[in-house]
Amino acid sequence: MAHDTHAATHHHTSMGLDSRKMAFWAFIGSECLLFGSLISTYLVYKGRSLVGPYPHEILNIPFTSFSTFDLLMSSLAMVLALAAVQRGDMKQGKLWLLVTALLGLVFLGGQFWEFSHFVHEGLGLTTNLFGSTFYVLTGTHGAHVTIGVIWLLTLWVQALRGKLGPANAMTVEITGLYWHFVDVVWIVIFTVVYLIQ
Amino acid sequence: MKSWLTTTDHKRIGLLYFWTAFAFFLIGGLEALIIRAQLVRPEGIGVSAETFNQLFTMHGTTMVFLALMPLSAAFFNFIIPLQIGARDVAFPRLNAFSYWVFLLGGLFLNASFVAGPLFGAGQLSVAPDAGWFGYANLTSRQFSPGPNVDFWLLGLQILGIASLAAGFNFVVTILNMRAPGMRMLRLPPFTWMTLITQFLVITAFPVITVALVLLMFDRFFGTHFFLPSGGGDPILWQHLFWMFGHPEVYILILPAMGIVSEVLPTFSRKPLFGYTVVVYSGVVIAFLGWSVWAHHMFASGLGPIADSVFAGTTMLIAIPTGVKIFNWIGTLWGGQIRFTTALLFAVGFIAMFIIGGLSGVTHASAPTDLQQTDTYYVVAHIHYVLFGGTILGLFAGMYYWWPKMTGRLLSERLGKVHFWLTLIGMNLAFFPMHLSGLLGMPRRIYTYSPDLGVAGFNLVSTIGAFLVGIATLVFFWNLLRTRWQPVNAPANPWNGATLEWAIPSPPPVYNFTVIPTVANRLPLWQTERHGPMAPLPERPPAPIHVPGGSWWPMITAVGLPIMAIGALSHFLPVVLAGAVVAIVGIYGWAFEPFEM
Repeated sequence: MAHDTHAATHHHTSMGLDSRKMAFWAFIGSECLLFGSLISTYLVYKGRSLVGPYPHEILNIPFTSFSTFDLLMSSLAMVLALAAVQRGDMKQGKLWLLVTALLGLVFLGGQFWEFSHFVHEGLGLTTNLFGSTFYVLTGTHGAHVTIGVIWLLTLWVQALRGKLGPANAMTVEITGLYWHFVDVVWIVIFTVVYLIQ
Repeated sequence: MKSWLTTTDHKRIGLLYFWTAFAFFLIGGLEALIIRAQLVRPEGIGVSAETFNQLFTMHGTTMVFLALMPLSAAFFNFIIPLQIGARDVAFPRLNAFSYWVFLLGGLFLNASFVAGPLFGAGQLSVAPDAGWFGYANLTSRQFSPGPNVDFWLLGLQILGIASLAAGFNFVVTILNMRAPGMRMLRLPPFTWMTLITQFLVITAFPVITVALVLLMFDRFFGTHFFLPSGGGDPILWQHLFWMFGHPEVYILILPAMGIVSEVLPTFSRKPLFGYTVVVYSGVVIAFLGWSVWAHHMFASGLGPIADSVFAGTTMLIAIPTGVKIFNWIGTLWGGQIRFTTALLFAVGFIAMFIIGGLSGVTHASAPTDLQQTDTYYVVAHIHYVLFGGTILGLFAGMYYWWPKMTGRLLSERLGKVHFWLTLIGMNLAFFPMHLSGLLGMPRRIYTYSPDLGVAGFNLVSTIGAFLVGIATLVFFWNLLRTRWQPVNAPANPWNGATLEWAIPSPPPVYNFTVIPTVANRLPLWQTERHGPMAPLPERPPAPIHVPGGSWWPMITAVGLPIMAIGALSHFLPVVLAGAVVAIVGIYGWAFEPFEM
């Protein structure tokens, strides 16, 4: 996220890969273990809730399919934003950064609705193991989306102020890496939690 | 003062790491001495059972997370950029952030010793008391109603952030900041072991973070992740903790192995025997380190198949470890050995680590392990590998690199007193524990009956522990002496072969006047294949840009303990205030012009 006025000067690196980008790949590797542990916990406790509501009674696959589609489209918007920034088309760049963030917000809105609906149906955080594992897993993912949205909006504001250009394409690329990763994690969660019940 | 608070210089951060970790090492050592004083004779009455629980929990937690890991980090910080021929780490401000988070996390954990009155606990100390691996359901609200375990789980989360940030930083630094010609298989062995260690850090720490977060939910929000009353499984905690915990063992030992692999060649005047094999053994150890965690859990009843698999993988890990030991001995073999203090500690490391490794192999067998679980035999093992291994290795590193880090030579005479007192003391302290353990003395008991027949062993253990304490004071005195009676160190006092010895002691702020071009693995040595590299110019031929300091890493770091204090006191506004501080810090950091 660093706004580095000297980003255009390419530093020599041993592997020929930008250091910030390499650090981000390492970070993503680390995040895989984080989500891996949470998903494993979910799977270990699957079917071990002592009381309901149980997953099949409450999970709404059509609604979440829409959220999933929304998040996938946000990845597309992210790709278009990066391409626009790289070729110096900041008008398009601003547009697609904003669209990416808004699609992220739509996903978060959907999650908020889903959570409040579930609570209304009687599934709280402490109701049973399904509730605990479900909220902690999807909540952690939602927190990642929230950080991504704030990050994207920050870039968008920078672009509005004329401080984001092709020289900072690497910053946008790294934002994109994060965003796509969070998206991929959601695909896994959607499959494991919603589709395979 | 300001320049130290805002520093982003890896050398200064290394020194900050060293002194902070050394202070925590003394605190952890003091806790150990109180424990040993309590156990000096049967039915000791020095401290209460409750205090004793706090002492052994904080001793373990402090030594692992606040002493050994950050003492290794002191060398990562100071030495790695020098060994690879770089001017700094890849992310200097992230490096400063790691240090401040570590310091504040350590202070937060230790504040529990005096925080009792704030929680109306009726006693001064509310230090963590559930053991350093915090088994469920000892850590549940039901059995630990006070803030003790909260201090532990919040403090470890903070410290995890410091380790992770440093992990990303050093992976990138080592892979990406190497001087021209410094190919991967020309990296000094310490740099290699550090790289492997950091890969373990960035993969293992997320797992304990998840475990701690789930425990936090159990304690703060009433979930049942580890509580059978709601269908949860306490064994899940053990899996998550040891999935982190066993890689952590290698996070603790691999840097020491790297140090020993530097010290032995220098003082034998021979290249490391089988360099490539030592490197690959380190990689194999790290991979296998991920496949053995359940050998900590044989007593939990995993079933014969799981027991056999984990027994097998655990025995397998002895192979790459044994390979390394033979390589070290092969390095000494036929060398022109100089018996400096650093070499003595490195040789001591090999000998003690063999003992610890052998008792480790006995744990690998599940039936034998069942006899040893939760006895002093396990305590003996962990101390032979972590004291006899890691700490002796770190001491070797301190005697080896102290002249480079400070420009002052340590006294060899005091060093040898330190070494022999430590070696004798640790064997007196820890060897009898094998026997008291096999005779049935459980670990973590605050007192024991004379009928158990272990009074003599415990007396010897206590005498040994106090000898180690005296030895450590001798070392401390030796360190301080270099300030009061300085003996200046030349650039290469030991005739070392690696790049850190090509520059003055202590190094100038820019490290290298000219970034060297590396043509071989032992650039400063004359070997049968090549001569030493040409000396670097004394003055930089062109001005060198050195990045200035920054307040933002520290400000961001300050946000974390504020959030933890809020969580501890169940007061949301304080959590939010901490978050605001951290976010302001991150934005200030991101938009600050900081030229590398």
